[in-house]
Amino acid sequence: MTALAVAEAVAAGERSARSVLEEHLDRIAGREPEIHAFNWVMAAEARAAAAEIDAAVARGEAPGPLAGVPVAVKDNLCTRDAPTTCSSRILEGWRPPYDATAVQRLRAAGAVIVGKTNLDEFAMGSSTEGSAFGPTRNPHDPSRVPGGSSGGSAAAVAAGFAPLALGSDTGGSVRQPAALCGVVGLKPTYGSVSRYGLVAFASSLDQIGPIAASVADAAALFRVISGPDPLDSTCFDPAALAAGNPTAEGQNGEDRPGVPEGVEGLRIGVLAELCGGLAGNGPGVEGVAADVAARTDEAVTALEAAGAAVEAVSVPSVRLGLSAYYLIAPAEASSNLARYDGVRYGLRVEGATAAEMNVNTRTAGFGAEVKRRIMLGTYVLSAGYYDAFYAKALRARALIRRELDEAYERFDLLVCPTAPTTAFELGAKTADLLSMYLNDVCTIPSNLAGHPAISVPFGAGDDGLPVGVQVMGPAGAEHPAGRSPLWRAAAALERAAAP
Amino acid sequence: MAGLARLRFTDDELDELTGQLAAVLGHAADVEALDIADLVARVHPMGLGDVTRPDEVRPSLDRDQVLAQAPVAESGRFRVPPVLGEAP
Repeated sequence: MTALAVAEAVAAGERSARSVLEEHLDRIAGREPEIHAFNWVMAAEARAAAAEIDAAVARGEAPGPLAGVPVAVKDNLCTRDAPTTCSSRILEGWRPPYDATAVQRLRAAGAVIVGKTNLDEFAMGSSTEGSAFGPTRNPHDPSRVPGGSSGGSAAAVAAGFAPLALGSDTGGSVRQPAALCGVVGLKPTYGSVSRYGLVAFASSLDQIGPIAASVADAAALFRVISGPDPLDSTCFDPAALAAGNPTAEGQNGEDRPGVPEGVEGLRIGVLAELCGGLAGNGPGVEGVAADVAARTDEAVTALEAAGAAVEAVSVPSVRLGLSAYYLIAPAEASSNLARYDGVRYGLRVEGATAAEMNVNTRTAGFGAEVKRRIMLGTYVLSAGYYDAFYAKALRARALIRRELDEAYERFDLLVCPTAPTTAFELGAKTADLLSMYLNDVCTIPSNLAGHPAISVPFGAGDDGLPVGVQVMGPAGAEHPAGRSPLWRAAAALERAAAP
Repeated sequence: MAGLARLRFTDDELDELTGQLAAVLGHAADVEALDIADLVARVHPMGLGDVTRPDEVRPSLDRDQVLAQAPVAESGRFRVPPVLGEAP
């Protein structure tokens, strides 16, 4: 049952929120021991929330657009009724005194939060193997990773534990696990969704995004969580974007749930550098597997058959994305994670002085990958290396943004794979840092540019595991939710991929 | 670097870390080699302006609730080990 169908049935009194919840809790009880999608299942809190929805329906009140829909929430989003750990020992047991704005909006929309999902520690990773509480497994094949860092959220949706989930995406952490788990994931434009209550990793890149089993469900969730918030000054009003965004139409028109219209007349560019290299466009980035490239080609053919004008386009600077990202994101992380000092919340390991206590706490509380990124960030921000690395990376970021904006003068949307491969075996990439980082090569450019991008399942690889195709757009292209060209292209891919 | 980052490593950990960081910085040689003087460094995707709000008193978090999450609290404050008399 889709999220939209659940909400409709609950609002109409045809299903109780409680019965919907119990169905999902049963599924969690059955398969969660194998999958480990959750750090914390909130059965009691969810039952109370479902009872409130049912009571509201009984009183004849409108219960909200996500009435009774179970939602899984990534464990780096603050929830006042459950621990928020970021899958890190340093925050183990922390109970935030407030809700993230996105969480608060979920509750106001009648959604029922079923649990907090596993992630790579502090969202730093691409396989969820970096969790301090053990890895999540891919519901399609438990010997494989679900991707990351929002691996728990993507696995929860793929396993049917919840029709919807929230993730966060700093370099691909919503889209890549969505691709590896065969579900839909959106990284919104930077500023579309309030980051208030999202534990910061790299503040100029982080965005909260929806994960769902269908494009229409993802749009419904995005509609609920997006919009301006006085508690996040980078969060914008989509209506203000309309003037500068040629693809936005009817920004203030009513939202229409359900399947959007087609792609006739849309100009779609095939991003050669991220498609394994297309004939006549030089080599692509390393690592895009042949089966993933083949599915992407088929997706492009499907869009063309549906009426889009398709053409290859070269954006050379996206080749620099991975390098720039792994300088900028650690730099911001090293600064953001300075707050874990053993004073105000989380772990403390005592020491004779405050400084010694800080070192003891951080050394015991952070995992290996988090320490690596803090060290990398500290290095590239230090005197003598700042100009050579960090400042250059910021210029590369500007170059990527400029070249993508130029491409969007000729194209409404760009298409490429979401991840270079299908889901890999647990442990396959943990020993080789760069091969793990390479998972994000196709998703990073949108984060650096601040642009939206959505991953849609499109067929399977040679191993039978899901492949995701990514549709990228210019700033604001995901507004209005469910109706803009970005959503229409995503829905066209979904229709074409349907068996 | 570890001191700046308030972290401690064993010699073996440092050996491994040094190699790993060198690999990442080696991959970044493409960015390091960039010669794009005409581009302004972009620290932020959307451009930042000043954001203001009316200077009005609003409710804040409850002090006891916040201190309840502290590792050690005393008399309505966070308690920490001595901070004076240390090397900077």
